[in-house]
Amino acid sequence: MKGIGVSPGIAIGRAWVLRAKARAAGTRSGGALPDGGLLPNDYPLPTGGLLPNDATVIEREVDLYRGAVEEAAVSLERLMEQAGDAAEILGVQLELLYDPLWESEVIDRIRRRSPAREAVLGATERVMNMFLEMEDAYMRERSADIRDMGNRLVRVLDGGALDALPGEGEWIVVAEELTPSDTIGLGSRVVGFVTQAGGATSHAAIVARLRGLPAVTGVSTATVADGDWVALDGETGIVLVNPSLAELGEYSLKKQAFAERRRLLATLKDREAVTLDGVRIELLANIGSAADMEVSLAQGAEGVGLLRTELLFMDRDTLPTEEEQFQFYKRVLLHAAGRPVTIRTLDIGGDKPLPYMDLMPEANPFLGYRAIRICLDRPALFLTQLRAILRASIFGKCRIMFPMISGVRELLQAKAFVAVAQEDLRAAGQPFDEAVPVGVMIEIPSAALTADVLAQTADFFSIGTNDLTQYVLAVDRMNEQIAGLYDPYHPAVLRLIREVIMQGHKHGIPVGMCGELAGDPRATELLLGMGLREFSMTAGSIPLVKEVILQFKTV
Amino acid sequence: MISKTYTILALEGMHARPATAMVKLAKQFQSAIALKYGEKSAKLNSLLAVLALGIKGGATIVVDIDGADEGAAATAFDTFFSANLKDW
Repeated sequence: MKGIGVSPGIAIGRAWVLRAKARAAGTRSGGALPDGGLLPNDYPLPTGGLLPNDATVIEREVDLYRGAVEEAAVSLERLMEQAGDAAEILGVQLELLYDPLWESEVIDRIRRRSPAREAVLGATERVMNMFLEMEDAYMRERSADIRDMGNRLVRVLDGGALDALPGEGEWIVVAEELTPSDTIGLGSRVVGFVTQAGGATSHAAIVARLRGLPAVTGVSTATVADGDWVALDGETGIVLVNPSLAELGEYSLKKQAFAERRRLLATLKDREAVTLDGVRIELLANIGSAADMEVSLAQGAEGVGLLRTELLFMDRDTLPTEEEQFQFYKRVLLHAAGRPVTIRTLDIGGDKPLPYMDLMPEANPFLGYRAIRICLDRPALFLTQLRAILRASIFGKCRIMFPMISGVRELLQAKAFVAVAQEDLRAAGQPFDEAVPVGVMIEIPSAALTADVLAQTADFFSIGTNDLTQYVLAVDRMNEQIAGLYDPYHPAVLRLIREVIMQGHKHGIPVGMCGELAGDPRATELLLGMGLREFSMTAGSIPLVKEVILQFKTV
Repeated sequence: MISKTYTILALEGMHARPATAMVKLAKQFQSAIALKYGEKSAKLNSLLAVLALGIKGGATIVVDIDGADEGAAATAFDTFFSANLKDW
């Protein structure tokens, strides 16, 4: 099976299926809730029936609830003692248990004659809905905290105890979804997680990463049975159920190798990337969302070499407003805390259709109406983005980069738009950084071959090797049949890269690289030798590339 | 009454953990403490109410403190925000 790796590493162990435990304990009746089914299937469901209309009974039920809160708090505190770094996550729940709003949600229901258990379920669903309706993904994920708290209270009310691990040995927890306390109360014999739901920012994923435990989500867990052998790779997202002996052997070797590497790479995080002969190299991250920023800094990124802005435009029905964009760029710049951030203007085309932009499907979307070509054609769209970036520029150190520039004429046009955006802001009395550098992503062969001309107009270059390779070699990188021909190490690609670096330096402008090649440790020595001093890559590659740099001499 | 203005530097906005710490801090004082975010406001005795505001990164919030120990509470909030701003 293949899912999404959310916490890297290799784990091998027996499956401990939480879904099966819940069923066996009888706290689950399955199926969806009558009014919408927001809760997953293993959520204990109401069994119906109102309390008798008797004040004594109702007050007893309120006391029962208060007692359950006390008991849940005690068990939470106990969990927190063993939770280490993750204790704070449980602290949030502890605070929620006594929250006055939460309490009145539950107690009002009891006073309207709901039994305590049903009152907790009703309140849980209502408050979860409140979070699920919020626009922010982080906040939506908080609904898991609420469900976890509700489940905990119901378990106490049912007189049930938390499940214990079935036996000796190492276990991999398999569940439809994991709650924070599931991941925390498990102890050291749990070596990995496999879940069906939950994203990279879910608590389970965060806790798994905090503890350095491999985790895979997005895998159908229905066919996994208790006690099955499971091997998983938290990087590739591969999960093997009852693997062969040969596969087991392969995964134990991978596991050892990974542990060894991790120890080594962890020691590099705070070290400067300097070659043996003292040349300082800048290592930056490619990011697409605000959440990536945190991960990047944790890997030792010194800034952002490529902020993709496409995500802002996707999964929605209208163009993002200038204000929305401004808030996003500002957040990233504030979080970068003075480190450089290169913002790439919109890079979309017919291959990533945005319904509200009404882009026609094209036979050759990579050679078509896309990126800067769209922006130059639609001034309102382009100016909105440029104004938003410029307004945010006062909150940090920002650079603007244009994708898909094929020659100096487009660069001059794009720069004219920047001037108009600046003029708009001056007229509106809005502050911006006058000295924001404006550069070019070199990814079209014609741009690479005229780098000497572009360098006189651009403030910096960043080489995008992914598109450059496909354009130079005429190989569609999305076409699996010719994947073997896609080769960034082809001499033609390498010659162009060398030419761009040389021309940039000759004209005194910085040259970076933000394509996959920059994050490929096999290419690092070659690129250093060509004179590249700024590498931008996926956060996870930073330690790998740094390792090579630390052992390299430029002369 | 004392009003204090702070900026949330955390990229993701007001996370559950710092919000919890803030509610805990507010509970140490007798003063009525409320948080204003744009048009919305919440009493600082309820974590749920604070989270429901959905405070975004880069946003400005106002903390209103009213009561006998408002001076001490204001100082505590200043310290709290200056110590936690970077991680937020």
